[in-house]
Amino acid sequence: MLSTLKKLSLTVAMTTLLSIPAWAGELVINYDGSDPAPKKAFEEVIQKFETANPDIKVKWNIFDHEGYKTSIRNFLTANPPDVFSWYAANRMAPFVKAGLVEDVTDLWEKEGLNDAMASAADAMTIDSKKWGVPYTYYQWGIYYRKDLFDKHGIAVPTKWDEFLAACAKLKENGITPIAIGTKQTWTTGGVFDYINMRVNGYEVHKDLTAGKIKYTDPQIQKTFDHWDQLVKPGYFLENHATFTWQEALAPMVQGKAAMYIMGNFAVAPLKEAGLTNDQLGFFQFPEITPNIEQAEDAPTDTFHISSKAKNKEDARKFLAFLASPDVQTSVNKTLGQLPINKNASVDDDPFIKAGFEMLSKTKYLGQFYDRDADAEMAKAGMDGFQEYMIKPERREAILKQLDKVQEKVNSKQGS
Amino acid sequence: MTSSTNTQKTFWQRHRLTLTPWLFLLPGLVMFLLYVILPIFQSILISFYEWDGLTVAKYIGLANYHELWQDDAFYTSLKNNLIWLILYMLAIPAGLTIALFLNQTVFGIRLYKSLFFFPFVISQVVVGLVFAWFYDPSNGILAVIYQAFGGKPPAILADERYVTYGIIAAGLWPQIAYCMILYLTGLNNVAPEQIEAARLDGAKGFRMLWHVILPQLRPATFIAIVVTVIGALRSFDLISIMTQGGPYGSSRVLAYYMYETALSEYGYRMGYGAAIAVVLFLIMMVYISFFLWRMYQQEK
Repeated sequence: MLSTLKKLSLTVAMTTLLSIPAWAGELVINYDGSDPAPKKAFEEVIQKFETANPDIKVKWNIFDHEGYKTSIRNFLTANPPDVFSWYAANRMAPFVKAGLVEDVTDLWEKEGLNDAMASAADAMTIDSKKWGVPYTYYQWGIYYRKDLFDKHGIAVPTKWDEFLAACAKLKENGITPIAIGTKQTWTTGGVFDYINMRVNGYEVHKDLTAGKIKYTDPQIQKTFDHWDQLVKPGYFLENHATFTWQEALAPMVQGKAAMYIMGNFAVAPLKEAGLTNDQLGFFQFPEITPNIEQAEDAPTDTFHISSKAKNKEDARKFLAFLASPDVQTSVNKTLGQLPINKNASVDDDPFIKAGFEMLSKTKYLGQFYDRDADAEMAKAGMDGFQEYMIKPERREAILKQLDKVQEKVNSKQGS
Repeated sequence: MTSSTNTQKTFWQRHRLTLTPWLFLLPGLVMFLLYVILPIFQSILISFYEWDGLTVAKYIGLANYHELWQDDAFYTSLKNNLIWLILYMLAIPAGLTIALFLNQTVFGIRLYKSLFFFPFVISQVVVGLVFAWFYDPSNGILAVIYQAFGGKPPAILADERYVTYGIIAAGLWPQIAYCMILYLTGLNNVAPEQIEAARLDGAKGFRMLWHVILPQLRPATFIAIVVTVIGALRSFDLISIMTQGGPYGSSRVLAYYMYETALSEYGYRMGYGAAIAVVLFLIMMVYISFFLWRMYQQEK
């Protein structure tokens, strides 16, 4: 019965997908960049690739960004494209473990990517094999209103105490220190990642997301002690659970809030809403425990070959093309993000440059809470973080609940 | 002569009368079997498996149900389902009141009727969005009203205490319109002679409504209860639009929790989702069987 169900869902998926079966010389690519910038960047890549390889005809399907996360499960099993876009680290693990992704370790060796993309090698590796090629990533950190900081005589904080003092001063002057919208709970993951990486360092953070450390561990408690110092005085935007992250940008644009802990993709909407480079700035999340090795969140977007691809030869060509310094430079210029290949060059944009400088000094790159942790754990974790940010007094109960979920997830993976 | 033509009649000619209705029903029956009956049994079957939709499903017996039994989120959803079920019933008296109020002949009554029916015509997604803006604690109309009286507006959709009620209020708006239209058509069929006779006997006001009009509205009430209960149990779109089950899962109902565990971005536990679906199915079954039984009893 299960197999009939599978077959049924396959048929449905096949009829809904627009792609037609590939023949030799045709390369089918599924891509999730439905927003204007990613779409444009991708169109440029395809054009260049076809010019460089006149015998290959690329057939590409662009999916809605959110819808893609669901449809990938259908098309990978039912009607696999040759190449598909996805994310690094634990996010690709279910597909790798189900045998749906092609091992491209050979490509990494042949193209010298182990050296050129060393910073992302770890995130692309599962069971000491490489499973895809990264094409872009972006920094996380704190975006802030320079003009508000100047007006109230606040310098850019580099230490935790300075950061708390800045928050206190902003609050005194009737400005919300940190804007955040937690209607989609993933935004809380960024705050947690940073406080935890700054308090305990990358290794502890990695062990936590891998399920080796409990959430009630004293080290993680210390993370929450620091988070308390932001939550209890009310430094975050009020009623943040009502807003999506985009809606929470509004108070920042209106000058009612001064900082936003976010990824670089927040810059585009902030500027569209009217902020200029004179008003908007970026700084690294401040240091908490002194002399801890620097770690940052830098989610990496990737391309993979499906194991059932019909045209693996051309798919490898495409991945190699995508990994080359020139292509990485031009793609990321259009995307407004950072190239992975260390021989690529970055755009002039001040935020990109700031991100590039910061990340080039960084030893460890986290992918983001919901890409590093197991999916079920991530969902429970981010729900818990949101609850904690609204009801900080429930911290103990929440952390115990997270331990329970972690135990369940661990026992499943062990079996 | 006639007897020979009788024996020459084909199978189709002999059974035309019995076969024709079945042939007309066939497309509908096939669809119903394929898309309703079959999935019910498949869901029950999947609920005994651990399956992520990619790898081979693993039989785990009742483990999904055992986990459900200890799952706090499940009980939150169940409790919210119950609140939905009870409060949604308000749509029936409210719809009846509006229908009685609108059941008169004055100038422009057709326009008023259509205006009252309007919320049922627009999509639930739009209703959800409109109410979400309405509740917005910084710019929403509710905030404006509170501020006019010098109060501090509550963040209805971000507060675990109010969130479910806030969403139900949004859901009641179109549901009341639905019940109203059912009663309006029902009122058209009320026999004027009976009202006349009751009036001669001196009945008016509430007594008239209770003893003369309401009994005649029985079929309308029956349909109104059925659609309201089903509407409450399958409440999903409003929750998805207004809160996505949040804050921290406190506005989930079973239908939404099932979607979240089986199909959302962090889910893909098909077996667990199916187990929730089975529980929801059983709850609906209890109610529907009770109703069918009562109908059967009354007809006897």
